[in-house]
Amino acid sequence: MTQQEQLQAEKIKASHNVAVTVSDLDLYYGETRALQEINLTIPEKQVTAFIGPSGCGKSTLLRCFNRLNDLIDICRVDGEILLNGRDIYAEDVEVAELRREVGIVFQKPNPFPKSIYENVAYGLRIQGVNKRRQLDETVEWALKGAALWDEVKDRLNDSAFGLSGGQQQRLVIARAIAVQPKCILLDEPCSALDPISTLKVEELIAELKSQYTIIMVTHNMQQAARVSDYTAFMYMGELIEFGETDQIFTNPRLKKTEDYITGRYG
Amino acid sequence: MTDLHLGQHISRQFNEELEDVRSKVLYMGGLVEEQLANALRVLVNDEVELARDVINADSAVNSLEVDIDEECTRIVARRQPAATDLRLVMTVSKTINDLERIGDEAKRVAKMSRKDMDGALRDDVRTDLEFMGSLVRDMLRQVLDAFARTDVDTAILVVKSDKKVDKRYKKVIKKLIKQMGKDPDTIPGTLNIMWAARSLERLADRCQNIAEHVIYMVLGMDVRHIRLDDILAEIEAQSELEPE
Repeated sequence: MTQQEQLQAEKIKASHNVAVTVSDLDLYYGETRALQEINLTIPEKQVTAFIGPSGCGKSTLLRCFNRLNDLIDICRVDGEILLNGRDIYAEDVEVAELRREVGIVFQKPNPFPKSIYENVAYGLRIQGVNKRRQLDETVEWALKGAALWDEVKDRLNDSAFGLSGGQQQRLVIARAIAVQPKCILLDEPCSALDPISTLKVEELIAELKSQYTIIMVTHNMQQAARVSDYTAFMYMGELIEFGETDQIFTNPRLKKTEDYITGRYG
Repeated sequence: MTDLHLGQHISRQFNEELEDVRSKVLYMGGLVEEQLANALRVLVNDEVELARDVINADSAVNSLEVDIDEECTRIVARRQPAATDLRLVMTVSKTINDLERIGDEAKRVAKMSRKDMDGALRDDVRTDLEFMGSLVRDMLRQVLDAFARTDVDTAILVVKSDKKVDKRYKKVIKKLIKQMGKDPDTIPGTLNIMWAARSLERLADRCQNIAEHVIYMVLGMDVRHIRLDDILAEIEAQSELEPE
């Protein structure tokens, strides 16, 4: 860990609870090292954005937080990731349980081929919740939380595929929060949405952060500037600079960061 | 000295827009410099005929301010600049406001000097005003230089010079008050001299403002309303934190 990273970590610890701590993380796809010595402290109930060019490892890093990379055979992880102080790669960790705590939303909305209601209730049913009243309450609460309730309350039993792209994305977010995770991962959540739907999702992110830790990957730098509290800039598998979003976008410390966010040749 | 690397954007058009706005500021600065030089000649050398030039130059300076400001707004709206680009645009927008006010103050100096000061302007005060004037001229030249070359050291020199101008200004005012007490007949003329001295002092403040904008542009550090020693300490602290 560099001196700068240590300073940054201490600063975050001074003002927030820590949600995730990444220490000396390396990740390999076969022989290729996709992430190199990542050290990062992510604050709780804040929005942290990862930015960087395609292939820099930001989605890979995001997927470490709920061990989605486990699904790739040739993927190997070294180092430590603590979620609320617990090592998520420890042997006794139930991956299904981890993924309930750490929800993820992808680039393209992926509702299940079910009704709007059943999409949101799905996670609960898997957990064995079948009481109608409890399901109703949670579905309503989650849809309200995802700012979708008013638009769908009269057609909960219609197919989720009848919703617009922006609505589908908010439905997927409702599905994620229905199981009350601690942390929500967003992997380019707005890249398939129009500007208005994008703003709605961004508004939602701002509301959700009072209850959840949000970590997002985005290609849209203005989006990171608009919605995040902290920004991490990654480049070629390395974490180059991490800091408060205000600082990164007005006065980045490193030239590499500066070049990227101002659109200059590296 | 840090370069802003304005020519390195992937968008060449953006390069040109930023370069254009920057060079317009320098052009505007040149006009204001000339205004100030002429105003000082009116004040110190009694070259009254130059006062017209100073006053006439004002409209060109004003319209440049509006023009550059519009361009800044357009850049913010269309390019959403960040980091140094953002700081450059913000700095330009503030700097042109100060430049325009410097032009106004120069105009005031010229107007006051043109009015009858006969008998009121004594040689020692004339020397004081000459000294203040040359300091202020240097400050303006240096600060435009600092802006053009993104040179923090020169900007700091300008901040330092402001103290000297303030000191001399206080001295002049004391002398003028004494003079008014001794010789009440010269009061109207002396008041005009006071106004001119006051304008010179304000001019120096404006130059200091621009120097502070330049420091912000280059280092991303807001040094307004901070004592000079503290500014230097902060710059020192930041340079120690510089990345490996």
